[in-house]
Amino acid sequence: MPAPLIVTENLSKTYHIGGGDVRALVDLSIAIPNGEMIAIMGPSGSGKSTCMNLLGCLDSPSGGSYRLDGQDVAQLDSDALASIRNEKIGFVFQQFNLLARATALDNVELPLTYGRVPRRLRHDKAARALEAVGLGERMDHRPSQLSGGQMQRVAIARAIVNSPQVLMADEPTGALDSRTGAEIMALFQRLNGEGITVIVVTHDEHVAAHAKRILRFRDGRLVSDEPVAAPIRAADAVAAMAVPEAA
Amino acid sequence: MTYGDCIRASITALKANLLRSILTSLGIIIGISSVIAMVAIGAGAESRVKESIESLGSNIMIVLNGSRTTGGARGGTGSNITLTEEDAAALQRDVASVEVAAPSVQGRFQLVFGNTNWSTNIHGITEEYMTARNWQVDQGRGFNDTEYRSAGKVALIGATVAEKLFPGEDPIGKVIRINKVPVQVVGVLAAKGQTPFGQDQDDTSFIPITTAKKRVLGGRWVKSNLVSQITVKVRDAQDVAEAEREVTTLLRQRHRIPEGGQDDFNIRNISQFLAARAESTRVMGILLASVAAISLVVGGIGIMNIMLVSVTERTREIGLRMALGARRRDILTQFVVEAITLSLLGGLIGVALGIGGSHLIAKTGDWPVLIEPQAIMMAVGFSAAVGVFFGFYPARKASKLDPIDALRYE
Ligand SMILES: Nc1ncnc2c1ncn2[C@@H]1O[C@H](COP(=O)(O)OP(=O)(O)O)[C@@H](O)[C@H]1O
Ligand SMILES: [Mg+2]
Repeated sequence: MPAPLIVTENLSKTYHIGGGDVRALVDLSIAIPNGEMIAIMGPSGSGKSTCMNLLGCLDSPSGGSYRLDGQDVAQLDSDALASIRNEKIGFVFQQFNLLARATALDNVELPLTYGRVPRRLRHDKAARALEAVGLGERMDHRPSQLSGGQMQRVAIARAIVNSPQVLMADEPTGALDSRTGAEIMALFQRLNGEGITVIVVTHDEHVAAHAKRILRFRDGRLVSDEPVAAPIRAADAVAAMAVPEAA
Repeated sequence: MTYGDCIRASITALKANLLRSILTSLGIIIGISSVIAMVAIGAGAESRVKESIESLGSNIMIVLNGSRTTGGARGGTGSNITLTEEDAAALQRDVASVEVAAPSVQGRFQLVFGNTNWSTNIHGITEEYMTARNWQVDQGRGFNDTEYRSAGKVALIGATVAEKLFPGEDPIGKVIRINKVPVQVVGVLAAKGQTPFGQDQDDTSFIPITTAKKRVLGGRWVKSNLVSQITVKVRDAQDVAEAEREVTTLLRQRHRIPEGGQDDFNIRNISQFLAARAESTRVMGILLASVAAISLVVGGIGIMNIMLVSVTERTREIGLRMALGARRRDILTQFVVEAITLSLLGGLIGVALGIGGSHLIAKTGDWPVLIEPQAIMMAVGFSAAVGVFFGFYPARKASKLDPIDALRYE
């Protein structure tokens, strides 16, 4: 059996503010194998984002250890972390975080510019990623010319353009209506089916029910870690919703 | 991220705030354009001055009478007349580097023709003077040997004098009075124009030195061999300094000045004026450089200011870029390149405006301007350097941001 993609031991994060300490994440020890689709659940302030930022190598832990793809992340300097984020991780944010002045294609190319991919190849890869999320026709549109769902698709195309091992999404459907949210979840499930590990942070039970496994946090602690017996198939829901509209 | 990517990203960012970018560059634009224009004007003036100095003759040396010291009070130059015609002859004969040494006397007199009159400098000259100062006769003829030797009542008048005394008339053959002495105008000198110091070289008239002494100056000059000055032409302009030393030695010997005694004559040459020019050019250069430096620093601070604003405004973008794999160096490069683009933009607009302005001045002011490629390259180089220098701090600030803090920045 191959080593899990993500292994943490007593991973912790404490913020020192004003007089007291905020223990945002307390002794998290989990293992996430390749190909998993995970939902991180919990009420607001329970440490979900903190956990995701640590797993995404955006933030450094206050304690414990973290191995990503066999590599001890604590040992790495900021350049090495940057190249891990560039090559192994794809991020999707609640607010999309697209560059307003750039076209969809340019936005998707951005990770490739930091990965020393030659210009010609970048265009091809970015175009393919946009086609994969169903935006082949919208490559020259700017974010202001796209709907919320389309913007999130551009963001997902940007996250997968460099063929990462894991996709990390913090409240990816938080700014979308339920139907568009379902489309985004369908896209995640499809990508997961193609082999990418997916981690989705959400406080929405319905969104979490699309995952194969749910981690629940409260006050910075992992309180439950359970598989989902029958994940919702988002594609079915999308199809069901599409029918009345077509009629 | 390649430099090409950085430049493209910079242009996009600057275009997004076009007005702000241009206003930010204004300091650099004004600084560079005024420096380019001033350098062009200065270089133009320099070339004109150099031209006219050379027209005077850079291999000319003038020996003037010195000053008399009476009981500690020193008279002005020429108050102690000791130079003689024999001194001139000796200089020409004994100093190898001297081509001609021309004695002359001079005075300011009124010239009268009919009921017009004109005051001018009258030079009593020998033939050597014509050679030494390179005077040509434009109309009529020069003096002949007999006239030189036996105080002929003849005159050569300068172009300005001809114009003033004989407007619309042919001066040749006319009789004028110099200090009541009637002399015939035999020729008009070819015009030379102004000296670099604004004197009209054509406001002059020549008579033979013998005529000047015997008939015009009169008094103690009549039977003396004294002269007002000796104009020395050195064979090669490069030997002027050497010739000056030799002339000094010879004259001191002839005048029996003991060692340590003061010269009883003064030597002037054009190279002294050139040295003065060089000094004033140097001062001008320092002035220009300080104007340039101040405006570039002011412009640079403007750029730094706007880059700091830009870094703050784009904190989330910086965080995003870091999340997508930008290393600190990539962020640093991006913002430095952006600052350079901004300052170079200012520099290039400044160069264009400076060249345009210079041409405008050249046209309207009839003033020569000279645009030197080095000045343009310096201007462009300096504006780029300003971008690097003043862009570095904001860029460094951007690159030091924590990815997660930057991403969460509101
Ligand atoms: N940069 C920070 N500085 C101080 N406290 C923070 C910071 N980020 C998060 N926290 C605190 O850590 C706790 C967990 O936050 P977070 O992980 O964002 O929760 P969630 O994403 O589950 O809503 C909260 O109490 C929050 O106030
Ligand atoms: Mg959160």
